[in-house]
Amino acid sequence: MKDLDTPFAALVQDDKALTTLYTDPGLFEAEMDKIFTKTWVWVAHESEIATPGSYKRARVGLEPVIVTRDRKKNIHVLLNRCRHRAATVCEVSKGKTNSFVCPYHGWAYGLDGSLRGVPYEESYAGKLERGKLGLKALRTETYNGLVFATFNDEIEPLEDFLAGAKKWIDLFMKQGAGYPVKANGEHKFSFPGNWKIQLENTTDAYHFPLVHKPFLKLTDVETEEQFDIMNKGGWVEDLGNGHSVMIMMPELVDLEENLDAPIPDKFADLAQALRDEGHEEQQVRRIIRAVGGSGFNVNLFPNLGCSAAFFRVLQPVSVTETEVRHIALAMDGGPEIANRERLRIHEFFQGPMGFGSPDDAEVWDRVQQGAQGGKELWLLLNRSTETEEPTAEGTVKGDVSSEIGMRAAYRQWKKLMEA
Amino acid sequence: MDMMTPVKDTALLDAMAFVWLEADRLDQREFDDWLGMWSADAKYIVPVEPGVTDFEAHLNYAYDDAVMRAKRVERMMGGDSVSASPLARTVRALSRFRLLSDDGVTIELRCMQTLTEYRRERMKSHVADVEFTLVREGAGLKIARKVVRLINADHTLSGISYIL
Repeated sequence: MKDLDTPFAALVQDDKALTTLYTDPGLFEAEMDKIFTKTWVWVAHESEIATPGSYKRARVGLEPVIVTRDRKKNIHVLLNRCRHRAATVCEVSKGKTNSFVCPYHGWAYGLDGSLRGVPYEESYAGKLERGKLGLKALRTETYNGLVFATFNDEIEPLEDFLAGAKKWIDLFMKQGAGYPVKANGEHKFSFPGNWKIQLENTTDAYHFPLVHKPFLKLTDVETEEQFDIMNKGGWVEDLGNGHSVMIMMPELVDLEENLDAPIPDKFADLAQALRDEGHEEQQVRRIIRAVGGSGFNVNLFPNLGCSAAFFRVLQPVSVTETEVRHIALAMDGGPEIANRERLRIHEFFQGPMGFGSPDDAEVWDRVQQGAQGGKELWLLLNRSTETEEPTAEGTVKGDVSSEIGMRAAYRQWKKLMEA
Repeated sequence: MDMMTPVKDTALLDAMAFVWLEADRLDQREFDDWLGMWSADAKYIVPVEPGVTDFEAHLNYAYDDAVMRAKRVERMMGGDSVSASPLARTVRALSRFRLLSDDGVTIELRCMQTLTEYRRERMKSHVADVEFTLVREGAGLKIARKVVRLINADHTLSGISYIL
């Protein structure tokens, strides 16, 4: 095998990874340093900080940051750490403000992170270099509403990093139905397992019919048929730089295609309500499509999934604990009845009390428990290696239950860990 | 009117006894009886954001009508859900009852709930304010709305494959 000589060959090979990737605290520390502080990490959707003065807290790896929108509408990602003696300057998840004031000694920072006020400054006898003592700023770039930040000033531009995933992000955002996509609340839940277990899951169709059997049994007949994803001609594609996409419902790749297809019965009442509100038939159909979400999951290495109808955000906490956020999406300015329908669909599957997420969390927990044993054993990631094929766009794809997405992620993992 | 009318005293006691019965039925897994405790258009709601009152317009953990409540029970009892097999053991205590209003038909009751969950060798706790809207139907009471406001609702929760 070609990668046997590399430093991490004992841990990750083309089609398998060693169990200790889930359990080794030293590796976790190295990941935070070599992956999360070195690559682009998703921190916000622009709608979460839509207006000047708005902010939200986030993390880049384990480091606390604040994502802000200043008066000129520029976005900043700032380390949430006072430059004086390190206290966090913001302990509110989201909100609006003019400044961030450290609660310890009162140093005050602007929305752009600049140091604006230092109580009793005379003790520094005019020698305090305020201009150098703003909140540490991260390099920040956006793509189609997604805000990423990095501590790495040498890294490639965000768009190059996103590579083949850009096309899929653009397709994903079509679920705005012509309205801007807006974050509309979130479920946060944790599971006692390593972050990569969840990373793998976003392009894992293989688990769906089994783990989500209760969801399939409890949902309506149309949705059950739609989620028969093992038999619908879907595929998984390696998009480069660790990113991948799993197409579960090929008919829902481009939501604006084939709008004349019949409106599902489950949305008949909603469609009529939209017509009654005065929407043209084509727009009704676009909105109905948007409500159902996209038929694919884009997995952006290392921490964001654009997953069918929501954003999935990974937050490593420790080698054995991970937080997951499922951010619901809405059509900003779109019909309220349609956005409410989206909320109910989100609640049905997602979150700690959904009919899907708790079962995912349970099996990830079981993976972590099982991984306490057999540390010399490999995690097998070789589904579809024999049947992969190139796409017209120069990427490689496997069948819908392929583990090519995981192989792509671990290849990137290895590249960053070895750098 | 006297602030301590006998009617109101009875209402508080009736309401307390009724929601204690609901709690016991959930802990004892008497779900069919539990499903029968609700009025036809009742909602069971576990909101995400503190202070929200327009639940329909916001994301919730649970926003259950009668159909969804029945599905939630079916999921717990169906044996297919890996997170509900085995079902968590739960013990809940309700206290600090306050009768917020009583117009003769509808009672608004607020209380606190501490729920302890045990499953797969792990013990967890969920603490909440619970707001009940109860309606007098026939000789007894029905739940018209139950809102469970977890004190950490806007923070990270672990999977809850049962009814709070």
